[in-house]
Amino acid sequence: MRTNQRRAAIASALAAGSLVLAACGGGGDGDGDGGDGDAAPAEEITQEEFDEAMSTPTELTFWTWVPDIQNQVDMFMEAYPEIDVELVNVGAGAEHYQQLRTALQAGSGAPDVAQIEFQHLQSFRVTDDLLDLAPYLPDDLGDMFPEWVWQQVSDGDSVYAVPQDTGPMGNLYREDLLSEAGIEVPETWDDFAQAARDFREANPDSYLTNLPGNDPGQLVGLMWQAGARPFGYDGEETVTIAVDSPEVRQVVEFWQDLVQDDVVGVDADFNDQWYQGLANGKYASWQTAAWGPVFLQGTAGNTSGKWRAAPLPQWSAGENVAGNWGGSTDVVLNQSDNPIQAAELARWINIEHEPALRFATEQFLFPASTEILEDPEWVEQESEFYGGQRVNELFAEISGTVSTDMQWLPFMDFAYSAFNETLGDAISQRGDMVAGLEAWQAELVSYAEGQGFTVE
Amino acid sequence: MASTTTTTEVQRGETPTGRAHGAGLQYREARAGYLFVLPFLVVFVAMLVVPLVYSGYLSFFRVQLIGGNAFVGFDNYVRAVQDNTFIAGVLRMVQFLVIQVPIMLGFALLFALVLDSGRLRLKRFVRLSIFVPYAVPGVIAALMWGYLYGRNFGPFAQFARDLGTTAPNFLSRDLMLYSIMNIVTWSFVGYNMIIMFAALRAIPSEVYEAARVDGAGEIRVAWSIKIPAIRPALLLTTIFSVIGTFQLFNEPSILATIAPNVIGIGYTPNLYAYNIAFIGREVNYAAALAFLLGFVIMIVSYVVQLGALRKERAS
Repeated sequence: MRTNQRRAAIASALAAGSLVLAACGGGGDGDGDGGDGDAAPAEEITQEEFDEAMSTPTELTFWTWVPDIQNQVDMFMEAYPEIDVELVNVGAGAEHYQQLRTALQAGSGAPDVAQIEFQHLQSFRVTDDLLDLAPYLPDDLGDMFPEWVWQQVSDGDSVYAVPQDTGPMGNLYREDLLSEAGIEVPETWDDFAQAARDFREANPDSYLTNLPGNDPGQLVGLMWQAGARPFGYDGEETVTIAVDSPEVRQVVEFWQDLVQDDVVGVDADFNDQWYQGLANGKYASWQTAAWGPVFLQGTAGNTSGKWRAAPLPQWSAGENVAGNWGGSTDVVLNQSDNPIQAAELARWINIEHEPALRFATEQFLFPASTEILEDPEWVEQESEFYGGQRVNELFAEISGTVSTDMQWLPFMDFAYSAFNETLGDAISQRGDMVAGLEAWQAELVSYAEGQGFTVE
Repeated sequence: MASTTTTTEVQRGETPTGRAHGAGLQYREARAGYLFVLPFLVVFVAMLVVPLVYSGYLSFFRVQLIGGNAFVGFDNYVRAVQDNTFIAGVLRMVQFLVIQVPIMLGFALLFALVLDSGRLRLKRFVRLSIFVPYAVPGVIAALMWGYLYGRNFGPFAQFARDLGTTAPNFLSRDLMLYSIMNIVTWSFVGYNMIIMFAALRAIPSEVYEAARVDGAGEIRVAWSIKIPAIRPALLLTTIFSVIGTFQLFNEPSILATIAPNVIGIGYTPNLYAYNIAFIGREVNYAAALAFLLGFVIMIVSYVVQLGALRKERAS
């Protein structure tokens, strides 16, 4: 169960990222849209087709590991009595993707709708398994999300997923421990480094924060904030691998000093020891995503009232930029025989006010859609755990500051596992992180070339 | 016990055959025999032979995310024998084998002899308690030991803290392999003990009587009669242990959640093949790794058997 919790957290967490297909700025090279083989964009479906489909008895299968999502599905089936949705939870995260890939490869048995985290969308796009939802969704759907969120799921006119939850990053800290040590909440990363040293000096048994060597999602989120764009994919055969770019190095070298001087912890995260560290003050802060506050509440319940939330420290004073760590989407798979109904399911539960609000208030998913991000019922919640602070409001504001154009590789599961073997390994041993970074770059390039990609 | 004896007999090629009296009867008997074996055969072919052949077939191809499927001959094998991660994993298992298997079998033999000596009270209880860990599923065992080894909350750590020292970090790079050896030993001592104990029970008691008349004590009987007499069982447990070692998977894969940076993707060869298949999505290469690992196991098992045979001839 612990693992599930962890996976769920990460899932939501990691999810963020992927799709940026968003043919990012630089890639103006003829933009393969036209030559996409199957790209012949389907006709926009008409209202009659839609009505007919939704009133035809249909069975849909939906694979997801969101807890209690049966609530939303029940609401959907109430709204469309002819549609019968079977909910299947085949496991969280990696397990889910393995099963999904197996079913897709077998050519049958895959669900109509499936949950996929942002950063893994490309790995299903490269195998051509995602249905382009553009013809099935309202044209103005993109306006309902912050720009960076929409970029994660769309490429030009194509739409590959409906965003479900996100994880814009902020800083959770122990107010009591920081003020005991006479430390102000750091506003820049320079302040943060100084604060880490001061804190360590005042508390030889604990750290201002912990940098795990097994959680690329977090570190990549911090790179994202710093403006680094380590990955890229053009939707066809070309990937960009720049995990040793100057922007990434800036982040890694920043942490290298702190890691080498033993002023931040390097424990693996999402295991019992780490949970305890959060609960007993071994780590006085956690640079985490918007799903973090509720997660922490469950993990460190005994420290209620002592935590506060703030935006991430900035790279230059006065800036206000965030990264994202995690979040999920719902996609419709090409194998589905009922694309209209499937697309409507994906849209309805995530966009319609009632089910979407319920995700936020009952299942504690951090909302992707602007409407919920602005809903007073959610925004104005005061959290006792954070001393009565309006944590939702803070993270909703942060969500607006996440920088755009982040992209992913079509093999993030390999990329993250390679992180653990290289850069992550260096972190956990307090070793040479820059060498680890270079090793990571080399592994990714050699894997990509082995898989037949052109590497830029 | 029955299965032990048959297996060893088969290994020696001594299975009694040709009991039939006439050709017709022999034919009918044979037919009945095949009929009885049929259900097994069907499952065996469907669940073992077919997948084996299929993955052998797969190992000669290469599927890329871009570029599709191509026949590549022995390329995957060539890559595997040059793959440092794979080789490091195999060598780690050799180290495991050399240290852990003798310890485990030594304990198993000792317990079996003690139980067989009949000097124990509560014999059944003791036998059961040694065997019980084997009944604990490997995954549960690894989870449990993961907790016991824990640096903050584990009982060893707490005990050490009460004494004013710190316990060694069982989950560190240096100690992890030994920590896993401990789990495996704990799990499998009972299993091996039962096999040896069963073999011991099969020794005719006249032999002991004769030995006793000759004035042999319990230890002398154990050394000169019992151990030589159960040599086939010892060989069997050794080979099982060799195979088990090279296939180590559950324990490291569970402990990897607690110590993710200590147990990498290639900590054991099996774990590596799994990660290559499901994280790297290189099913073909994983198939080649699995086959290669199979060959390694075959060779090592053969060497073990050969060594045992030579010893037998020498004595």
